[in-house]
Amino acid sequence: MNYVLRRLLMFPLVMLGVSVFVFVAIRLVPGDAITAMLGTESGLLTPAQRESLAAYFGLDQNWAVQYWRWLGGLVQGDLGLSVTYGQPVSQIIAERFPLTLELALLSMVIALLIGLPAGVFAATRAERPSDLIVRVFAMIGQSTPNFVVALLAIYVLSVGFGTLPTMGRFVPLTEDPLGNLAQLILPALALGTAFAAAVTRIARAAMLDILSEDYVRTARSKGFSQGYVIWRHALPNALIPVVTLSGVEFGYLLGGAVIVEQIFALPGVGRVVLDAILQRDYALVQGVVLFIAFNFLLVNLLVDLAYAALDPRIRYGAS
Amino acid sequence: MTLLSVEDLRVGFGRTGRETEVVHGVSFDVAAGETLAIVGESGSGKSVTAMAVNRLIDYGGGRILGGRAIYDGRIDVAAATEAEMQRLRGREIGMIFQEPMTALNPVLKVGTQIGEIFRKQHGMSGRAVRQASVRALDRVRIPDAARRLDQAPHQMSGGMLQRVMIAMALAGEPRLLIADEPTTALDVTIQAQIMALLAELQRETGTGLIFITHDIGLVAGLADRVLVMQGGKAVESGPIDRVLDRPSHDYTRHLLNAVPHFRAGQAVRTDGVRDGRAPALDVRDLAVRFPVGGGFLRRTRGEVHAVDGVSFDLVPGETLGIVGESGSGKSTTARAILNLVQPSAGAIDTEGRTAVQMVFQNPNASLNPRMDVRALLAEPVIAAGQRVDDAVVGRMRALLARVDLPDDLDRFPHEFSGGQRQRLCIARALMLNPRVLVLDEAVSALDVSVQAKVLDLLVDLQREFGLAYLFVSHDMAVVERIAHRIAVLYAGRIVEMGAARAVLSDPRHPYTRKLISAVPSIERRRIDYALDTEEVPSLLRPVGFQTPAQVWRQIGPDHRVASEQTA
Repeated sequence: MNYVLRRLLMFPLVMLGVSVFVFVAIRLVPGDAITAMLGTESGLLTPAQRESLAAYFGLDQNWAVQYWRWLGGLVQGDLGLSVTYGQPVSQIIAERFPLTLELALLSMVIALLIGLPAGVFAATRAERPSDLIVRVFAMIGQSTPNFVVALLAIYVLSVGFGTLPTMGRFVPLTEDPLGNLAQLILPALALGTAFAAAVTRIARAAMLDILSEDYVRTARSKGFSQGYVIWRHALPNALIPVVTLSGVEFGYLLGGAVIVEQIFALPGVGRVVLDAILQRDYALVQGVVLFIAFNFLLVNLLVDLAYAALDPRIRYGAS
Repeated sequence: MTLLSVEDLRVGFGRTGRETEVVHGVSFDVAAGETLAIVGESGSGKSVTAMAVNRLIDYGGGRILGGRAIYDGRIDVAAATEAEMQRLRGREIGMIFQEPMTALNPVLKVGTQIGEIFRKQHGMSGRAVRQASVRALDRVRIPDAARRLDQAPHQMSGGMLQRVMIAMALAGEPRLLIADEPTTALDVTIQAQIMALLAELQRETGTGLIFITHDIGLVAGLADRVLVMQGGKAVESGPIDRVLDRPSHDYTRHLLNAVPHFRAGQAVRTDGVRDGRAPALDVRDLAVRFPVGGGFLRRTRGEVHAVDGVSFDLVPGETLGIVGESGSGKSTTARAILNLVQPSAGAIDTEGRTAVQMVFQNPNASLNPRMDVRALLAEPVIAAGQRVDDAVVGRMRALLARVDLPDDLDRFPHEFSGGQRQRLCIARALMLNPRVLVLDEAVSALDVSVQAKVLDLLVDLQREFGLAYLFVSHDMAVVERIAHRIAVLYAGRIVEMGAARAVLSDPRHPYTRKLISAVPSIERRRIDYALDTEEVPSLLRPVGFQTPAQVWRQIGPDHRVASEQTA
C-alpha cells in the first residue's frame, strides 16, 4: 500500500510537467483562436471587438500569466472554458469520456478473448502448420489499419444483413444496454483487431519461453495433463508481458480513436481533440490532453498493481 | 524385486527420421529399496537417460528410438502412450531436479504446488489437502511447515526449496524416485543435509532410487550400484565397492584419479614460501555494506554487512584460498579488491590498478561472443590506456602458447571448449603482467576432469611468473590442491585462517569442522549423514552498527581461529 501511495504522490509532478508541455506546444502552432473560431468573418471584427473577445477568454495576457491563471483554475478543479463550445472543458470531457472508456474496454476484452487463446494455442504447436496459420493471421491483423477493418465491417453488415449500425446519436449504456452494445460492437471490433493480433504474438512468444522452463517440466513430472500444465503453471507466468502490452494499448485507446469515431460517427474524446486543435481551442486541448495524461498514469499504476498480483516476487520485492 | 528394467535404451534428438542419437543402447535394472548411481560428465547422456525413463524427454525435443524400459514388469515406458505416462508420473515415478531455484513455479505458493499433487494423486480436497501438505513438509524436516506453505519460492533458500522439491516428489508416494544432480546447485553443508534426508526417506519408504551425478565421491556414501556413462554409452557398471576399489574401465579409473578428491590436508602444496617478502596484496579491515530499503521517499532500514573486518595479506608465489558458502561474502571480498563493488571501509594495498586482475567463474558469460581472440586479449591493454602494438600482439601469442591454446587470434569464443575458454580468460588476465590474480570460482563451472588440468596450469603459471593467487571457492577438494594458506569465511567474517595443512587437518572453528565433515569422499561408504537444519544468521544490521572486533586465538605458528562469540 505504501507503494501505491508513493506512486500517487508522483502524479502531481508528472501532471505539472505535462501541463507545461501541452501549454507551450499548442501555442507554438501558428494561428489564433478568434480567427479560427470566426473564420472569414473575423476579418469583419474591429480591432476593439477583437481585443475585447481576447480579453474575455484571457488571451490578451502574456503566456506566463495565462499559464498561471490556468494552473490556478486547475488546482480548484476548473479546466477552463472552451472557446468553440462555450462550455466548461470539464463538462465536455464528462460528456465524451464514457463512450471512449466503454469503447476501449470493449476492444481490450475482444483482444484478450481472441489473442490469449490464439497465442497459447500457437505456442503449444510451435512450428507446426496450425502455429504458422495463427502467425499469418496475427501478422495480417497487425498490419491492417483499423479503418479498413471498420469499412469492411460496415460493408459486410450492410450488404449481408441489409442494415447499418446506429450512428449519430450515442445511446448510453444506462439507457439501453443492448442498443448501446449494438452500436459499439463494430467500432470495438475495428479497434480490437490489431490489438488482438499484438496480444496473440506476445502471448505466443511468452508462452514459448515459459514452456521450456524447469518448473513446467516439474509440473509434468507430477503427472499433470498438458491442459493443466499450460493453464495452471505456464499461463500465469506468461501474462506479465501481455499485461504490459494491454496497458499501453488501453492507455492509447483512452485518448480517443479519431478515425474509427469518425467512421461510425461516435462522439468520443478523439474527435474532440482533433476539433480543438484545428480550432486553436487552447483551453480544450490543454484540458483534454491533461486528462489523457492522467488516465495514462492511472493505467500504468493499475498495470503495476497487476504485476504484483500476478507475481509474488514483485509483491514482496525480490530477495 | 526388479522395479525398472532398462534394456538397450537408445535416445535421440531432432526431427523424426533424422534424429541424432545421444544415448546408444544403455541397460540397467533398479530394484525396490535399491540406489543406482549414474555417473558421468556433461554430455555423457546421464540426464537424457533419466528423462527418458519417465518420458519427459518428449517435451525436451527428444525421443526414445529403441530398446525397452519395463516398469514393474507390466508396462514398457518406451512404448507407452502419453496418457499412460501421465498415470505413471508422480504416482509411480517421482523426480527431483538439479536447480531448486528454477524447478518450482515462481508465481505459485509452495502450498499450492504441493497441494495439487494430493488433489490429483489421492483425490483429496479442502482441509485434508492442507493437512497432508503440512505433513509432507514436516517429513522433509522443514521447520514451521504451516507458515512455509503460504510462502512463495523466492522467499526460501535453495536448501529449503530442494526439501520442498523432495516433499513434492514423495507426495505421490512413488515407488521409483529419479534424482538428477539434486545437490549440485547447493552448498556443501546443505548437500550433506539433502543426502541425509534422501537416505533416510529411502529407508523409510523402500523406494527405488536412481541418483544422477557428476561427482563419483558423492555417491560413495549412498549408492548400492554404479553405472558409469561416457559419450552416451554405459562403460562400466557394478556394485559400488567393486567399481570404486577395482574399476575395470579406463574411464572409471580416470574419473577416480584425475578428479580432485578431498583428503583432509594430505594433498596440500608444499612449495609455499613466506620469507618476509613484501606482500603483493595487503587487505586490512575490509568491509562492504549494502543499504537495505533505500529508494524514493523511503528511509534506509538497515545495512547488510556482506563483508566485515576482513584482513589478510598475500606474498608473491602464494595462493590464499578463501572458502565459504553462498552468502558468506567470499565473492564480495574478491570483487571489492578489484573495486567492482565499493568497499565501505578498510584499506587495500597493491602496486597500482593493473597489478590485480580477475578470472570469473563462468567462461561462457565472461567472454563477449562477438569478439575474436585478438579483441578479447587487447581489451585489458586498451582499458589501461596503452597502445596495441606489435609487442602486445607478440605477448598475446606467447600467452596463448603458454596456456596451451592454438596460435590463432581470429577465432571466436564459441570455437573453444569450456576448458579452453577458461584458459583464454586466464591469458586475458595475464596480459597486463599482474602480480595478483583473483580467481573467483574459476574452475567450478568446468567438468571435473577439465578442472584438474586447469588447476595444473594455474600452478605452473604461478611458479613461472611469481603470481599471487586469491582463490575463491566453495569446493574444499579444489582449494586443497591449490592453496598454501586458507581463510574460512562465515557470515562476512574470517573465522579461521592459516596454513592449508593446519586448517584442513586440524580445523578448530565449529563452522570449519562442519564444512569439512560435509565434503563427500570416496573413502566413506554408506555413511549415516547427521541431520542439521541450522541456517546462516542474518547479516542485516541497523544503520551505524559497529561489529565488535574479533578475538583471535593462536593455534600454531600459522593457524589462528576466531573465538566463537563473534561468529
